[in-house]
Amino acid sequence: MLSNKVAVFRKEHFNAAHRLHNPAWDAQKNLLYFGKCNNPHYHGHNYDLIVQVIGVPQPDTGYVMDTKILSDIIKDTIIERFDHKNLNEDCVEFAQLNPTAENIVIVIYNLLREKIDSDLDIKLRLYETERNFVEYPV
Amino acid sequence: MVYITRIEHFNAAHKLVNPAWSKEKNEAIFGKCANEHWHGHNFNLYVTVKGMPNPDTGFVFDAKILSAIIKEHVTDLLDHKNLNIEVPFLKDKICSIENLVIGIWQQLIPQLPEAVQLHSLKLYETEKIYVEYFG
Repeated sequence: MLSNKVAVFRKEHFNAAHRLHNPAWDAQKNLLYFGKCNNPHYHGHNYDLIVQVIGVPQPDTGYVMDTKILSDIIKDTIIERFDHKNLNEDCVEFAQLNPTAENIVIVIYNLLREKIDSDLDIKLRLYETERNFVEYPV
Repeated sequence: MVYITRIEHFNAAHKLVNPAWSKEKNEAIFGKCANEHWHGHNFNLYVTVKGMPNPDTGFVFDAKILSAIIKEHVTDLLDHKNLNIEVPFLKDKICSIENLVIGIWQQLIPQLPEAVQLHSLKLYETEKIYVEYFG
């Protein structure tokens, strides 16, 4: 029998500055591991976030989740927090955490998980560039 | 006349700020782009040159050489950099994409051989915002 679950996707984006840096390492080791991403003056990206919500369409609405509500949750919880920000300096989430795409996607997942009905599964894909992207959870 | 375009990209931090203005006025005019701690973008640059195909090669201009010129004189200076404080050709300029595209044009012009003309630059700051410049 076919599953009656459907995946709904919403794409949002934010633009932010960051640098990759491990404060426990000296400058030479940081440069060795993180290369130009370690630039102390920062660099930046247009991040594209794809939020996948998986569940059974509700009989009364036909929706897995109202995509307008999903969009509002992503905007209020994620975009407002990270758009046009310096992830290292402006965002408390990364005060002690290196803002790699991997860590960013986990932070975003945990923030969204609190806001979305626990009956629904969430999967995220985060593009740092067109060519570099991560998925969580896997 | 044939036009050939090479697409390159770079990722950089910047902010929009007019140092002659107060913090309040900068925020009023530039909004979140004035964030003093910077933000950033993936920039895509389209460089279009024009000319007649060379009878020996069939090329208007060897796209590999064009790519190397753009890399050496533009993207190596911009990629993973802070546009406001690390780019000599943007010194003392407001780092809008308008000013950036003019600066890139001025970087490229001296590097191209006489047989080809720089026709246009198109610079994307996001998927939805881009500028064009024709010199």
